[in-house]
Amino acid sequence: MKVAVLSGKGGTGKTFVSVNLAAAAQNATYIDCDVEEPNGSLFLKPENVTVTTVHTLLPAFDAGRCNGCRKCVDFCRFNALAFIKGKPKVFPEICHSCGGCVLVCPAGAVSEHKRPVGRVERGMHGRVSVVSGVLNLGEASAVPVIRAALAEGLTGEGHTIIDCPPGSGCPVLESVSASDACLLVAEPTAFGLHNLQMVVEMVRLLSKPCGIVINKMEAPYEPLEEYCRQSGIPVLSRIPYGETLARLNAAAQIACEQDPGSRLLFDALLQRMEAEMKP
Amino acid sequence: MIIAIPVNENKAEPSVCVSFGRAPWFYFRNTETATSQVLANPAAIAEGGAGVKAAQFVIDHHADALITVRGGENAAEVLLAAEVQIYKAQGGGALENLAALAEGKLERLQSFHAGFHNKQ
Repeated sequence: MKVAVLSGKGGTGKTFVSVNLAAAAQNATYIDCDVEEPNGSLFLKPENVTVTTVHTLLPAFDAGRCNGCRKCVDFCRFNALAFIKGKPKVFPEICHSCGGCVLVCPAGAVSEHKRPVGRVERGMHGRVSVVSGVLNLGEASAVPVIRAALAEGLTGEGHTIIDCPPGSGCPVLESVSASDACLLVAEPTAFGLHNLQMVVEMVRLLSKPCGIVINKMEAPYEPLEEYCRQSGIPVLSRIPYGETLARLNAAAQIACEQDPGSRLLFDALLQRMEAEMKP
Repeated sequence: MIIAIPVNENKAEPSVCVSFGRAPWFYFRNTETATSQVLANPAAIAEGGAGVKAAQFVIDHHADALITVRGGENAAEVLLAAEVQIYKAQGGGALENLAALAEGKLERLQSFHAGFHNKQ
């Protein structure tokens, strides 16, 4: 099963849940799609790491050939091109590398050049294959690196755990698109509930089967419990808010490899995912 | 000269819109012919790159100057390359700002924001 782990806000426990699920499943692939701040490998500490550079294509304009017809600028639906003093100019962080400007140019004045935007790292943690996308500092779009990390990691056997970026924007949609099911991590607070509702709205658009994990649980937060009942999305696990987990996590240890209670919790979560989030 | 101002309404005395790229309308004043027109901003509903598209709209209408509350870096790059002078709006109506510009009371807009796309 390919499971995307997501939440509306950062710090809810996506990486904690993802890393522990992959470690509990053992024969699994962990893909870190939170490419702006990938931290799953801090816990999984992969060995024998190989690195691949990720490029995007950016148009370049041959001023000698350009006849100033403006077709490329008018064609660009992302508004990445401007037409200034008779010549096109590209804004790299808006360009989506669709190649449309090359196709519509009647003068053959547009060519595409590779530009490095990040890297994909791949290594092993025991039997867990660890794939991390890493976006270069200052890059505006995470999507090309997420796409490359998914292409690298989605070929594995066993379970694939996709650790998504926070929020519900383009990078999250890209990360979720290839999954069979979505695991939504929520905190039992008013803020946590609000953010859960945002991601539920998003995954409903994609018609993916879902389950909820309530993390950092002390007493039940009744509005969240009520929302889960109303929405019909099963709560697959409730992870207690406690010192043992906090200490293990802060020491970059994988809880289910160190603490038998955590191991039981994540084994049970895996079983419920397999039973209740069938595509 | 032609002066462009992002505005909130399609009327003779519109108010200045706080957004540049996402303003619903642009007010254009031609000081030589003493005529004005309000045109729909095609960038208002753009998914992305609204600043670039709105700046393109302004330069396609041969504006020499822009009066705006704020603007993004990409829009500024287009406008400055096209030698459009960018002034900081003083709030209120488009006509008051035109008068203030004529009296030399508007300052140049010096700083531009990094854009709002994908910001939460």
